[in-house]
Amino acid sequence: MKNKTLKSNLITYGMVIVVFVIVQALLNADMLSSLIEGLLIPLCVYVILAISLNLVVGISGELSLGHAGFMCVGAFASAFFSKCTMDSISSVPVRFTLAILVGAIVAAVFGILIGIPVLRLRGDYLAIVTLAFGEIIKNVINIFYVGMDSKGFHVSLKDQFSLGMEPDGKMIISGPQGISGTPKNSTFLIGVILILITLFIVLNLIHSREGRAIMAIRDNRIAAESIGINITKYKLMAFTISAALAGMGGALYSHNLATLQASKFNFNTSILVLVFVVLGGIGNIRGSIIAAVILTLLPELLRGLSDYRMLFYAIILILMMLFNWAPKAIEWRERVLQAVFKKRKKEA
Amino acid sequence: MRNWKKALSVAAAAALAVSALAPVSVYAEEEATFKIGGIGPTTGANAVYGSAVMNSAQIAVDEINEAGGVNGYMLEFNPQDDESDAEKSVNAYNTLKDWGMQMLLGTVTSAPCIAVEAEALNDNMFLLTPSATAVESISGDNAFRVCFADPAQGTASAKYIGENGLAEKVAVIYDSSDVYSSGIYNAFQTEAENQPFEIVAAEAFTADSKTDFSVQLQKAKDSGADLVFMPFYYNEAALVLKQASDMGFEPTWFGVDGMDGILSVEGFDTSLAEGLILLTPFSATAEDELTQNFVSKYQEQYGEVPNQFGADAYDGVYILKAALEQAEATPDMEVSDLCEALKASMQEITFTGITGKDITWGADGEPVKDPIVVQIVDGAYQLMD
Amino acid sequence: MSVLSYFVNGISLGSVYAIIALGYTMVYGIAKMLNFAHGDVIMVGAYVALMTMLSAGTHPLLAVLLAIVVCTVLGVVIERIAYRPLREAASPLAVLITAIGVSYLLQNVVLLIFGSNPKSFQSVINLPDLKLAGGSLVITAETIVTIVSCIIIMVVLTTFINKTKPGQAMLAVSEDKGAAQLMGINVNRTIALTFAIGSGLAAVAGVLLCSSYPSLSPYTGSMPGIKAFVAAVFGGIGSIPGAFVGGILLGVIEILGKAYISSQLADAIVFAVLIIVLLVKPTGLFGKKIQEKV
Repeated sequence: MKNKTLKSNLITYGMVIVVFVIVQALLNADMLSSLIEGLLIPLCVYVILAISLNLVVGISGELSLGHAGFMCVGAFASAFFSKCTMDSISSVPVRFTLAILVGAIVAAVFGILIGIPVLRLRGDYLAIVTLAFGEIIKNVINIFYVGMDSKGFHVSLKDQFSLGMEPDGKMIISGPQGISGTPKNSTFLIGVILILITLFIVLNLIHSREGRAIMAIRDNRIAAESIGINITKYKLMAFTISAALAGMGGALYSHNLATLQASKFNFNTSILVLVFVVLGGIGNIRGSIIAAVILTLLPELLRGLSDYRMLFYAIILILMMLFNWAPKAIEWRERVLQAVFKKRKKEA
Repeated sequence: MRNWKKALSVAAAAALAVSALAPVSVYAEEEATFKIGGIGPTTGANAVYGSAVMNSAQIAVDEINEAGGVNGYMLEFNPQDDESDAEKSVNAYNTLKDWGMQMLLGTVTSAPCIAVEAEALNDNMFLLTPSATAVESISGDNAFRVCFADPAQGTASAKYIGENGLAEKVAVIYDSSDVYSSGIYNAFQTEAENQPFEIVAAEAFTADSKTDFSVQLQKAKDSGADLVFMPFYYNEAALVLKQASDMGFEPTWFGVDGMDGILSVEGFDTSLAEGLILLTPFSATAEDELTQNFVSKYQEQYGEVPNQFGADAYDGVYILKAALEQAEATPDMEVSDLCEALKASMQEITFTGITGKDITWGADGEPVKDPIVVQIVDGAYQLMD
Repeated sequence: MSVLSYFVNGISLGSVYAIIALGYTMVYGIAKMLNFAHGDVIMVGAYVALMTMLSAGTHPLLAVLLAIVVCTVLGVVIERIAYRPLREAASPLAVLITAIGVSYLLQNVVLLIFGSNPKSFQSVINLPDLKLAGGSLVITAETIVTIVSCIIIMVVLTTFINKTKPGQAMLAVSEDKGAAQLMGINVNRTIALTFAIGSGLAAVAGVLLCSSYPSLSPYTGSMPGIKAFVAAVFGGIGSIPGAFVGGILLGVIEILGKAYISSQLADAIVFAVLIIVLLVKPTGLFGKKIQEKV
């Protein structure tokens, strides 16, 4: 048993590392198109998000529709940190590491805040609360104006004008336009390192005592409670870790683009991450990684279809869901595969 | 078994992807052409703006090619969708780079343009945005724009209202979740300090709740405003005007360039917009030959009256042509050299198109042109002086 | 005076949410799935109605009828192709994701057919507005019609479910699919009927939504759809009177929040109230408390 999980984990790590080595080699040989090169960091971001959401949806068994909210908080907190310390911390690795930590910690704090209702609500009601939190975060950051001048920080929840800044002041967060000019510190290497860290945390958690407790609560809450598992503690733990990891993904995201708007982190983004998790198999970490990669690449690779691009994306999404989840499709698939294998065995 | 399942999905997706990619790479180079990339939302909630830009740019490119091209070379235009999302916009930019883009007409919306401009500056790719209005959208020296920047519009509107004594009490309704709208509002508010009118109400709405404007209108009405400034797009404005008329609120309405297009909303009762004043560089009903030609071609091909976004893009292509001719550029130039040449020639040309007369550009990339103020009288634009 | 007029506006916005929420909650109550494509079926209904009215100058009522027919068929087809194969899937989330795929599909099909330019919807209601207190308080005819329709639909639905055989079958299916099947109820047909009714209601909701707020684009349905979903949860998802009350309350809170707290934070206020309500009453206002058995 022990060996089996170890082997499975090693395959997952190995998969990420092998892909990294191949891509990096191609990158060095300049054999990748600009499109793929530009997609590498977003791919890492979505892989991290998918893994972190799988912790909540798959392992803890709760539906979250506001995961983009945590990403948003992490992205803004880290970009804010980088903008403010651009002059004071000159070493990029130090600053970016700190920024990622800031993003993860702030997101974790929000995770705890949102985790509290998690303890009371279940099923679709919890889903709605997470959706609501995501929307609130987006709405509030959209009207957040922060400027910095010689006198320090100025904050307003109304508009730029009411900040009353000195002429030398500069805007850090300007409402719907968000943060512009975040340094582009994210690299593919850092992205992969963050994926590995995420994997390490999540896989270790799953196979630890705590992880088993979390899964016990998922499978039967009352039974778990009756044998003395502290439901509050473990549910909150899963939620907070997931939020922190999403915040980390957000930090990677915000340091990849020169601009960051809260409107990006809407319901659709939360849903997109959920699609990765469900398509890849709920609770299946490796599946999440693969699904995140496929579904992020898909709309870009469909660009040749021009106007029909998103139409095909929708159709492919539905077909993939039916293929992967419908009991009849699974049955059919297994029959076909079995037939193929049997044939091979006979030949051999 | 599980792995097989995954492998099958991957294979299916990959097969589709390859078949989808194929048409792009089919174009064999026979003759050298100028390759112009276009980026804007053609799907998603902002699709109406991106589609107008892409359609109009295509019209201009076709016209130029029919007339013999630029410096003897044909133009090629490749529009890419970005869903008005910064991340997708950078993907679109990279796709275009792979295609061999030499200059970019885009992006259409402000926030994605900031992200793409950072990439373009890095590559020293020439960028001309038809309609991204945020100041930061053209932060680098490689970037220029066709339309006015947000502060320019906000300031010009406040000045116009003040100098012409249009109102004493002004209410503002704006979209606080939109870069364009809140950018103009911020500049308007700053300039209002110097003007003889007073802002008595400033009410916001957001992209998630833009169907009901009754509260904002009620507050404007209660504050006794005699003019309502509306720095947002015509889709929402059509609803605002309808709801104001339902509640019997009749101030002077004042809009900016996003308001252009309100008269061509299918099924809209244009009498609601009677008396509306707007600051716009373009009027689809203008009598001059250039505009008439563009509007009739657009209607013929796409069955709609083009809006200001389309006009900016149409002019954008002709501006590129003028700059390329001024620089005596050829398609065999490196992207970076072409950018340097265009940067210089942009500051030398004087351009007259359908969005303004004698437009010139400074090193900051902002166009220098006079805003045109029109009023809607009897369902048509009438020039105000 | 303005308090009252805010209240009236809140009710008129709320009535639109309520009528969308009715369809949502009905499908949820019986089929136990969140049909995220509901908002887009609404949009399709509005397009069908508008196009019929524009093209042939058809009578508005006929246009509405046609919209109902088209949406009913659409709902049944979607259920058959995209949802039914996944009903026995290992996780209920699978069908939720497919619903999202269907939502993208509908939006993009309409985008390709009708283009992205928003269309101004012609109100199907040709009645005078109700003017109170010397004209300073206006209740539009659309609001009155919407509320009346909501109440009629509510009463008819409740009677249908409680008093007729197919209705009873729906109740049985929602309680326990397996047991219902053993009692000789055709589960597939019952769920298809639920989708037919829910989608027919969506067409009515679409026409009324666009009559009150006359701007129609391929994305018109998505945000009201989400808000209506929130309204349904507010009232206790699965409960028909709950959807009505939830919708009205949501509209009133949104308008009053905009008026008295902050117009920029209106959405945040709505969602904050929702969270508080759910913390106090975890299954919504009218939701049934589910007893967990060991």
